[in-house]
Amino acid sequence: MSEASAVGERSQTGLDIIRVRGLEKVYHVGDVDVPALRGVDLDVRRGEFLAVIGPSGSGKSTLFHILGGLAPPTAGHVYLDGVDLRGLKESERTEMRQKKVGFVFQKYNLLPTLTARDNIVIAQSLAGTSDWPPGFDSILTLLGIKHRLDHKPRALSGGEQQRVAIARALVNEPAILLADEPTGNLDTANSNAVLDILRDLNHRVGQTILMITHNPEAAAFADRTVTMRDGRIVGS
Amino acid sequence: MINKLVLENLKDRWVRTLLSALVVGVQVMSILTLIGLSRGMLQESAAHAKGTAADIFLKPDSQGTFSFSTGQLSEKFVDFLAKQPHVKQAVGVLMSPIQGELITPMNGVDIPRFEKMSGGFRYLAGGPPQAPDDLIVDEYYARQHKLHVGQIVKLLNHNWRVCAVVQGGVLGRLIVQLSTLQRLTANAAPPRVSEILVKLDNPALTDQEVAHFNQLLRGNLQAVSMEAFVSQFSVNNIPQLRAFIYVITVIAVIVGFLVVFLSMYTAVIERTREIGILKALGAKPLTILDILVREAVVLALVGCILGIAFSFGTKALIMTFMPASLHAVNVPDWWPIAGAIALAGALLGATYPGLKAARQDAIEALAYE
Repeated sequence: MSEASAVGERSQTGLDIIRVRGLEKVYHVGDVDVPALRGVDLDVRRGEFLAVIGPSGSGKSTLFHILGGLAPPTAGHVYLDGVDLRGLKESERTEMRQKKVGFVFQKYNLLPTLTARDNIVIAQSLAGTSDWPPGFDSILTLLGIKHRLDHKPRALSGGEQQRVAIARALVNEPAILLADEPTGNLDTANSNAVLDILRDLNHRVGQTILMITHNPEAAAFADRTVTMRDGRIVGS
Repeated sequence: MINKLVLENLKDRWVRTLLSALVVGVQVMSILTLIGLSRGMLQESAAHAKGTAADIFLKPDSQGTFSFSTGQLSEKFVDFLAKQPHVKQAVGVLMSPIQGELITPMNGVDIPRFEKMSGGFRYLAGGPPQAPDDLIVDEYYARQHKLHVGQIVKLLNHNWRVCAVVQGGVLGRLIVQLSTLQRLTANAAPPRVSEILVKLDNPALTDQEVAHFNQLLRGNLQAVSMEAFVSQFSVNNIPQLRAFIYVITVIAVIVGFLVVFLSMYTAVIERTREIGILKALGAKPLTILDILVREAVVLALVGCILGIAFSFGTKALIMTFMPASLHAVNVPDWWPIAGAIALAGALLGATYPGLKAARQDAIEALAYE
């Protein structure tokens, strides 16, 4: 059995939600090749809250984009819930984003013309579902946004917008929640509130979370932290 | 949900939405007004012809239906026709164009004879002419030029006294005595007319008499039944007008295309990040294209409704300020056609921005400030 198939099998059996082996990503800028990831190996267990920490340019955002199916890898294997992302076509990666991944971004990235409720519903609509999943009401309660659902993003504070973004990321019951600097635009109080919520979601619902951050204090909320530098994982 | 997103997007940028819909509306209005004017003018001409109550219309053999010039026929033909069997009356009409009036000629006719044929004018003010320089105007001409009975009007370099304002729809807008008009237009010696109207003692014999006259007057006059003559007043029978309508239609499609293209293109640039968000959430390229196309369709539909409303406005303006020079009608049968033209322009305009948005890279779009 090859190493790749053994890795895929282990992912499929449910031990790891994410298994990354020898992941490389090279960007072509003009005639120059810029390597962003230089052979990353990473395992994320189902139900784990993992923080990926590292300075700017360390490759953590690239890793986030590849894990989220927003960009294809150049080489190596990425198994997400048993599926090797390297072999996926653009349309298959799109489908994977609909159902298996929930994104939370630094800048909230809510659609400004829709209410908080519609921002959540549109994620469902794109995934082809309509009713909120069982238990989603309690997630909204946990997020503390139930009374703010009919407001548009411009009427919400940064903390509220980020909590709506978390609700949107969870509405399709993704296998993994990917958060890219989720507290980067928030003050300390709101940052702590959002991080508390992520930890609560992880503990109460068993939601697997991978959070990218450059802030060690934010990373401290996670079960485990890995450090990236120059496109490699250098410590965990 | 996509529909809601589309509507919210359009509402959020309401100034651009309104401006784009307005321009599409003007495009639809232009088409409807042009068609309404063409049809209205032709209907008006047909009504004038029908209002004469003649059964047969005769013109010089080589003349087209819609061309007219003064004095091509000897007035002797009028007397000749009047003496033919089954002819109840024959009246010669001399038409003379007036400077500054594109489509309102002056009509010279033997007024008592013509009134006998047509059943008479319906006088709204004044009465039949008493003097050679008396002028009958119809209600539209009187309204447009603010004329009243007794007023002196200078036309064809001659002073006329308005003797009557009559109900429109009979012969023309300006009617004077034939002999006066012949003298003023150098058609008096020998006396000439432009066309001849014939009323039969039995209208059922019209086709037979038309054939008879065409046989009898071959090379001089061409006879046509009034029914056939009136049926020729259609846009389809005027190649130049048809070509003009095609040109306006093409221009309308181009304008619609450019407006929607610009609107959608700016929308795509402005909404780059939103497109990135949708893609991150799992929107397929076709979904992004679909959103843009739906927005363009809404713009076209709103523009179409505005255009139809505007066309009522332009018709009212024309009929208020230029009822004699122009005649417009509403053309509901063209609403779907104008709508389809607007939609075609809008869809063409949305295609490139839509494809650009659909091809947008999600990561680059999310990084867009």
